[in-house]
Amino acid sequence: MKARVTVTLKNGVLDPQGKAIEGALASLGVPGVAGVRQGKVFDIDLTHSQAGEAEAALKEACEKLLANTVIENYRIELVA
Amino acid sequence: MKSAVVIFPGSNRERDVARALKDAAGSTPAMLWHGEQALPSGTDLVVLPGGFSYGDYLRCGAIAARAPIMDAVRAHAARGGLVLGICNGFQILCESQLLPGVLMRNAQLRFVCRRQHLRVERNDTAFTGRYLPGAVIDVCVAHGEGSYAADTDTIHRLESEGRVAFRYCDAAGELTPASNCNGSVNAIAGIYSQGGNVLGLMPHPENLIDDLVGGTDGRGLFESLAEARRAA
Repeated sequence: MKARVTVTLKNGVLDPQGKAIEGALASLGVPGVAGVRQGKVFDIDLTHSQAGEAEAALKEACEKLLANTVIENYRIELVA
Repeated sequence: MKSAVVIFPGSNRERDVARALKDAAGSTPAMLWHGEQALPSGTDLVVLPGGFSYGDYLRCGAIAARAPIMDAVRAHAARGGLVLGICNGFQILCESQLLPGVLMRNAQLRFVCRRQHLRVERNDTAFTGRYLPGAVIDVCVAHGEGSYAADTDTIHRLESEGRVAFRYCDAAGELTPASNCNGSVNAIAGIYSQGGNVLGLMPHPENLIDDLVGGTDGRGLFESLAEARRAA
């Protein structure tokens, strides 16, 4: 089983890297970019056969390590 | 004073802080590998030194905060034992939830490496007893992720409980936009735990302990610790 975990900054948390990327896109002339927030993606291989078990393990992984829940949200998706 | 300096893969300031402790307290600290499960018996002070533990992978200090020795450090802090985290050590303390908040990428997105004045916010703690009230000290900063942030409630609690240890300031002790070297909320450079026994700070007092390298304003912190131990 494979999963994708996406970690993003919570709303309201200042994101200077996102701002810099936004500025770079503007200077490249890419039209219509109103804002950029940057984050992280983790593609994870799992040995679980049950989706419920996999989701529980991924939630534990996010809470314990992958996200700093003071400033970050996470989203878990099982992919096939 | 019996102290222990924890070494993580990628720590690089452990010798500087060990020398500062030896000069101030007269005893050589134990150097402790992060894979250890326990602190040497009778440890008064644990130091998490600066550096780039685990190459700053994932988030600064995130992986080190989950190292085996950190359970012992947490237990030591819970007993009221002294813990000092400098730079990457401060990041590790925040990631291990021994201190609240988080150190974000510097506001100007650049690694900042320079001399920096700090205002000592209080001098009635184990870490700052040797400084005069409101003292302005001249130390060093060297970090890319040192912008202190926390939610509004946490900042309010830190401020109202007098838990801000140091603020970035100019030579006169004034808080100005230019003196806030990384965009930290309220120019916060270091904070205490609720019990005042855990201190995390981004600047490097251990750099400024000898006139040979341009100043001694950092010595006071280590002398304060040695003195607090003698008085205890």
